[in-house]
Amino acid sequence: MTVAGIDNDKAAVDAKPGAGGDSRSPARRAFDRFMRNKSAVAGLIIIALMTVTSIFVPILSPKDIQTVSWEYVLSPPSFETGYWFGTDVNGRDLFVRTFYAGRISLAIGLLATAIAFMIGVIYGSISGYFGGALDSFMMRVCDVLYALPTLFFIIILVTVLGAKNIFIVFMCIGAVEWLTMARIVRGQTLSVKQKEYVEAAKAIGLPTSKILARYIVPNVTSAVIVYVTLLIPVNILIESYLSFLGLGVQEPLTSWGLLISQGSVEMENAPWLLFFPALFLTVTLFAFNFIGDGLRDALDPKDR
Amino acid sequence: MLKLIARRLMVAIPTVFIIIVLSFLIIKMAPGGPFDAEAEIDPEILANLERAYYLDRPIWEQFWRYFTNLLQGDFGQSFVFRDRSVADIIIQGFPVSAQIGLWAIFIGAFGGIALGIIAALRKNSLVDYGVMTVAMTGIAVPTFVTAPTMALVFGLYLGLLPISGWGGGALANMILPIAALALPKIGVIARITRGGMLEVLRANYVRTARSKGLRESIVIWRHTLRAGLTPVVSYLGPAIAGVMTGSVVIEQIFGLPGIGRSFVEGAVNRDYPVVMGITILYATLIIIMNLIVDLSYRLLDPRVEMSK
Repeated sequence: MTVAGIDNDKAAVDAKPGAGGDSRSPARRAFDRFMRNKSAVAGLIIIALMTVTSIFVPILSPKDIQTVSWEYVLSPPSFETGYWFGTDVNGRDLFVRTFYAGRISLAIGLLATAIAFMIGVIYGSISGYFGGALDSFMMRVCDVLYALPTLFFIIILVTVLGAKNIFIVFMCIGAVEWLTMARIVRGQTLSVKQKEYVEAAKAIGLPTSKILARYIVPNVTSAVIVYVTLLIPVNILIESYLSFLGLGVQEPLTSWGLLISQGSVEMENAPWLLFFPALFLTVTLFAFNFIGDGLRDALDPKDR
Repeated sequence: MLKLIARRLMVAIPTVFIIIVLSFLIIKMAPGGPFDAEAEIDPEILANLERAYYLDRPIWEQFWRYFTNLLQGDFGQSFVFRDRSVADIIIQGFPVSAQIGLWAIFIGAFGGIALGIIAALRKNSLVDYGVMTVAMTGIAVPTFVTAPTMALVFGLYLGLLPISGWGGGALANMILPIAALALPKIGVIARITRGGMLEVLRANYVRTARSKGLRESIVIWRHTLRAGLTPVVSYLGPAIAGVMTGSVVIEQIFGLPGIGRSFVEGAVNRDYPVVMGITILYATLIIIMNLIVDLSYRLLDPRVEMSK
């Protein structure tokens, strides 16, 4: 009872002063805590805006990402010319290109994370659920892969598979970034599989695959939510590293990394080519990190 | 302690071996060989080339040849630069990468720890928020943005530092690359230090030390630092790995003749021996670094079980 009392005290301090007994559900309390975190909410709004604009700006804009205009080569940002972010060496409008690049960068970040999430959850839950020799073998494999520097591994994979399309780029990133996820899920599975409902499921003779899919996986995924949120910006960053080195997204497609790479070549004559894509990328990375931090604080209210 | 080192090595050596096998296989699976040039090569010449590099032998034989040579320090010949061995490329490039990387880690660790302690001691003050904002910026802004920006400002606008090249290892040429590499490390380490210090400052024994009437400086230096910094030590292993991979980009931007740049060039040109040699070198280094960090971690915090 004392433990519950302490818990309540904490929640009360955490919520409105003098709220007394808190009747909100844990999920609701976490949600409220998240919404009170200003930077996290700001991050959420920024990501929402970034997503909506990168989908619609290239559709609605009268200019195309490939339209070349020879009168406006490397023209600086200006409202009069209609090139708000200026133009690149080929006279292409940077405004449209930046939003279009956002589409690719965000998509690769999300898809790569989704792949890492799927591999990590499946691998981790199998390893944790079966335990024994299989578990130690699977974790040994993780340890070995951990020793490989991520970016190197991805570069090797991308080169070997011939990175001429974004599909291969995000598959490779996802195929490498699942290790930590698998470890978290495995740890969680070890505790979940001791629960009575899993035993009940075993007792009624449910096949293992169904126990995993219905009882283990849904109960371990919440543990990796924060990690997933923080992995998205990491993957966006990896994609930009690859594109920056010329190993990722290729023209005529473009991404923030590729724009930055082209911009850094021209930074002497046309610093805006570096500035705008870099600004967009950085703001996005910031926003995702704030959301991740906010989620962690909301789900795990031990004050840091 | 010796026993522990021995046991760790028993794990580390097979790990290195598996990495060698793995990278060998991945690269062998690659479509397109090093001799798929633009121009058609005469089949007879191609066969001769493949024989010269033992590419016509069964894969296990190729691997065994590679592995036994590796043990003797022979990483093979570069496919692209016919007159250079991979060992040559590494010997020339490694000192460059190592200098940049070690300086960056050194500055990142000291700068980060100092900022983190300051922030933790003035929790929730303006100083704290300031430090944490700077730290977050260091983390979120990627090096390929900070590096060209710094080159632009300090190199082109102010004309203080050279923006590219190695200059035979001149200090002026190293400042910008090191700064760009160290910046994110300062950010991460400051955050970890702050978190670790805050946790320890709340501990009962620190309260006891304060209530005994010890001076604040003694409480901090003698009682909190050691425990508060253990998370930083455990981060340094991955951080060293991070600096190594970060240097791939940095070397590209600043045109430094390090092995990071050789790696990217090798990857683009499908120069398998170069790519493999550098990967194996990096993986081995990372394993050794993690080993050292792991051992020093146990020395710092005796509660960590020594036998595990």
